[in-house]
Amino acid sequence: MKPLSVVVTSVCDLFAWFMIVFGVYVINNGHNTPGGGFQGGAIVATFLSFMLVAYGGKRFWAWVHEGVYGFLEFVGLVAFFVFGCLGFPNSFFYNSVSIPEGGKVLSEWLPYSGTISLMNVAVGFEVVGALSLVVIYMYGSLRMIDTGAGMGGERGHDRFDR
Amino acid sequence: MNWHDHLPAFLVMIPLLGAFLTPFVASWGKLVRNVFFVLFMALTLVVGISLCTATFDGRVLVYVMGGESFSLTLPSGMSYPIRILFEIDGFGSLLILCISIAAFAGALFSINYMDRFSGWKRFMSLYFLMTAGALGMSATGDLFNFFVFVEISSIASFGLIAFWRDKPESLEASFKYMLISQVAAMLLLLAIGSLYGKYNALNMGALASMLRAGTLERISLALIVSVLAFKCGAFPMHTWMPDAYAETPSGVTCLLVTVSQASFYGLIRVCYSIFPALTQGGTVGWILIVLGCMSMFFGVLMAVVQHEIKRLMGYHSISQVGYMLLALGVGLLALGNRNDIAAYGLTAMKGGLFHVMNYSFYKGLLFLCAGALYYATGTRDLDKMGGLARNMPWTAGMFVIAAAAISGLPPFNGFVSKWMIYESSFVVHPLLPALAMITSVLTLASFVKVFQAAFLGPAKEKFVAVREVPYGMLAGMAILTVMTLLLTLFPGWFMGNLFENAARALLDHQGYIRAVMGGI
Amino acid sequence: MTDSIVKTTSDFAGNAAYVVVALLVIMALYSILTQKNLIKICIGIAVLGSSVNFFLVLLGYRQGGIPIYYLGGAEKAMVLPTPQCLTLTAIVIALATTALMLSLVILIHKHYGTMNVDEIRRLRG
Repeated sequence: MKPLSVVVTSVCDLFAWFMIVFGVYVINNGHNTPGGGFQGGAIVATFLSFMLVAYGGKRFWAWVHEGVYGFLEFVGLVAFFVFGCLGFPNSFFYNSVSIPEGGKVLSEWLPYSGTISLMNVAVGFEVVGALSLVVIYMYGSLRMIDTGAGMGGERGHDRFDR
Repeated sequence: MNWHDHLPAFLVMIPLLGAFLTPFVASWGKLVRNVFFVLFMALTLVVGISLCTATFDGRVLVYVMGGESFSLTLPSGMSYPIRILFEIDGFGSLLILCISIAAFAGALFSINYMDRFSGWKRFMSLYFLMTAGALGMSATGDLFNFFVFVEISSIASFGLIAFWRDKPESLEASFKYMLISQVAAMLLLLAIGSLYGKYNALNMGALASMLRAGTLERISLALIVSVLAFKCGAFPMHTWMPDAYAETPSGVTCLLVTVSQASFYGLIRVCYSIFPALTQGGTVGWILIVLGCMSMFFGVLMAVVQHEIKRLMGYHSISQVGYMLLALGVGLLALGNRNDIAAYGLTAMKGGLFHVMNYSFYKGLLFLCAGALYYATGTRDLDKMGGLARNMPWTAGMFVIAAAAISGLPPFNGFVSKWMIYESSFVVHPLLPALAMITSVLTLASFVKVFQAAFLGPAKEKFVAVREVPYGMLAGMAILTVMTLLLTLFPGWFMGNLFENAARALLDHQGYIRAVMGGI
Repeated sequence: MTDSIVKTTSDFAGNAAYVVVALLVIMALYSILTQKNLIKICIGIAVLGSSVNFFLVLLGYRQGGIPIYYLGGAEKAMVLPTPQCLTLTAIVIALATTALMLSLVILIHKHYGTMNVDEIRRLRG
């Protein structure tokens, strides 16, 4: 993919960062406004496709580190699982840190909705990682066709014929 | 905190945690990776077996996700459940047992079978996800949640069918399966949505307690039955089945068989527990019987002419699914009439459920044997094989057991379940057992052909160096062989504790409602 | 609690949205069954998914109901947000499937050099 004109790249420079900020806002306020982990994560993940479209494949590959996104995905998933387990004496996914009506605040750092917004953040991490990886792998498979190289660090599957 | 109460949650949590941890663990080397894979599958198996034993006395286990207490199905002020809940009765635990054993055997087999390929991280993740989806499908008590688990297991299986992505055949098989599966899943969602629009409930028990006969319900039932019949490979839309089964890595095929069983579970659950008001008239029963007979007969006819070992077994799967549809259809005819149930309905259902378990073990074993042949010889074409019984005595022995069981030869478990199906369907119409027996004879003929072509005959020069497959693969096959032999030797114990229980759980749809809705 | 999803017969405006859903489903099935191009089949699947999502969103509308977020005041009657949850889940699933399907199409195109279904027939009956 070739880089586009200077108009597109400067618009990308200007707006891509706002996309990320907006995405993070949507993730953080998922528990009481429309939106949440998946929607915000999808908005953040458009950043990568912005970069790809505006700056072209060469800059894209110089930029991207697959491991970062894989790590984001891993952290999000495990955190989600742990937040699910927090409710365990009652049941899996029970909202154990939420503050009941008229109850006492456990800690100022905890959001009022309890595990719901924590899970939103976890899902946000997961979706940012996963959708970025989808973009990377789909573009990588195009490159694999052009150059015949393997993708994603795989050695390539042999045909298993003797 | 009593761990025993939380078993239904662990059933899905353990494979999901395995899938999440895999990318991290898989980079620590081969030994850690293999131990991790087998350990998590073994944990799932332990949970599955303990759940199964917990339902032996006819109890229905209920687990509410996110509830103040795991058993609080109706929160204060609510007249119907709003949370996701798991509901496991005798029938569900039967499927859970089949799936967890097949998944464990497939995992042991895959360790050696997939050793020479890269992409292990993805393979393990998808395998765990597929197990979680299939287990969730047979544990859930919520229609929408059922759809979600269907999609989890199908998306994972799309990835695994196309795992050898440098083979155009597997890509094509995956695309074909995906097309049929997605259309089916979306129509299923449409049916679930229209039920929600009318009754404001998604819980199976709550829906069953409110459901009245009407046009919308008829349309929804027709959509759900046709969609799930397609997903479990019944005749008119069976085309994905041989392709997908043939192109998947063999350890996964063993699991894929049980995933289609889980779709079958959904079909039967909907017919018996949710819509008994509509299915009692006999129409749906006859539809299932006709679908079953057609799948049985045409599946085996197409299997006889195949020359590729895994495609042949794929066509046999269609015909085996036909037996189960026939049996449960006969049971559906008797539903609602106590005399009919005592006369033939209960026998048909017990036979059908026995066949569900038999099928998942011997069919999985056959696919693993085919995989072992492929691993050793590098070909799937029966015409190119020959004389392998000397090189691979263990594989040959286990193949004989599985082939005898699937063809219904008398001492084996396949004979018992098929005999119960013949006996009960004879009461409905004498043509049905005749058709089933012809199918059985053709199955025997085709497996004699396979055995003769692959294992007997003069030794071929090409295969002089072929050795027995590694121990991991043999262990995977041995587990399923032992299960087949146990079912053969102690059919009475399994019948009394598992199948009788499962059939009674299906017939007692008031009990299924009561477990969720309390004393209504 | 008791209102049926289809409103009274004379109220065409109330039911028009369901007609749109039906039309979209039929269009999607038509394109899946008749088109030869793999990308067009993928579009058919995506339209089918969207039409089902549309249907689910429609189910969430109840006349006079209050969204759950504004439940601060004296009014204690609210509309359950279940259809919205269903739609979100279905959208996520549809996104995953679409991405996987398009990736498969890329690989199939790499192997066969064509998008026409009739020419991609290595597996036969």
